[in-house]
Amino acid sequence: MQLVLFWIFSLLMLLSAMGVVFFRNPVSSAMSLVLSFIALAAVFVTLDAFFIAVVQVLVYAGAVMVLFLFIIMLLDLREEKRRRVRLSAWLGGGLVVGGFISALLKVVLSLPALFVEKPALSHPLANDIEQVGYNLFRNFNLPFQVIGVLLLVATVGVVLLSKKELK
Amino acid sequence: MPTLAHYLIVSGLLFALGMAGVLLRRNLLIIFMGLELMLNAANLSLVAFSRFNLGPDGMPNYNAQVFVFFIITVAAAEVAVGLAIIVALYRAKQTTHVEDLNTLKF
Repeated sequence: MQLVLFWIFSLLMLLSAMGVVFFRNPVSSAMSLVLSFIALAAVFVTLDAFFIAVVQVLVYAGAVMVLFLFIIMLLDLREEKRRRVRLSAWLGGGLVVGGFISALLKVVLSLPALFVEKPALSHPLANDIEQVGYNLFRNFNLPFQVIGVLLLVATVGVVLLSKKELK
Repeated sequence: MPTLAHYLIVSGLLFALGMAGVLLRRNLLIIFMGLELMLNAANLSLVAFSRFNLGPDGMPNYNAQVFVFFIITVAAAEVAVGLAIIVALYRAKQTTHVEDLNTLKF
């Protein structure tokens, strides 16, 4: 049952990621990206990471995608005109991607230690929000505050970048 | 039951698709979407490792999930700044096509 769900959602995720790359209309690509993020959240649920799955839906499928669609609307992007395809660029890109996939398969398939079943948890219904929060505020308190400063810097930077003219 | 290798291969394929988007497409927004896909692939492999390597108490290693939380935060900040740069660029050049942006080209 879990294997079936894993395959359904990971195939959905990979197919919609292919849609992001190959659709010509940016709006179709963005919609495909939403589907890919939601399918990835479902894959996180099969790994018992409920908190990360919820954050994935809220931040990626919610906030980030609204930002993308807003910018597409703002720039009034149409379907791309067909340009002369650079054969060398496609060949080079395809070569790099194909090389990456074959290297990955070679490494993963040569390690028998990776073909292990999921070990059973000691508490099957883990309260993982509590665990992640405890870890975040106890062991990763300084990085957490640094992240807060980073978000502030990003906000100020965006406001500054979107001013009409810089002085 | 899916094994760790299943998750790693799916995550690697997702990373490859994001890389294909960055390398093959010429629209800045689509390049950005490819970057998001690559970050998500990294998150997937981190969560998979956390679930398959249980700690001494028999629970997943939650350090990895905290790390994923940080990656998601940094990605959100990165998207905001990157899209602001794209808007500023569009205002200056009226294009988001990378081949039209060749001022620095030697």
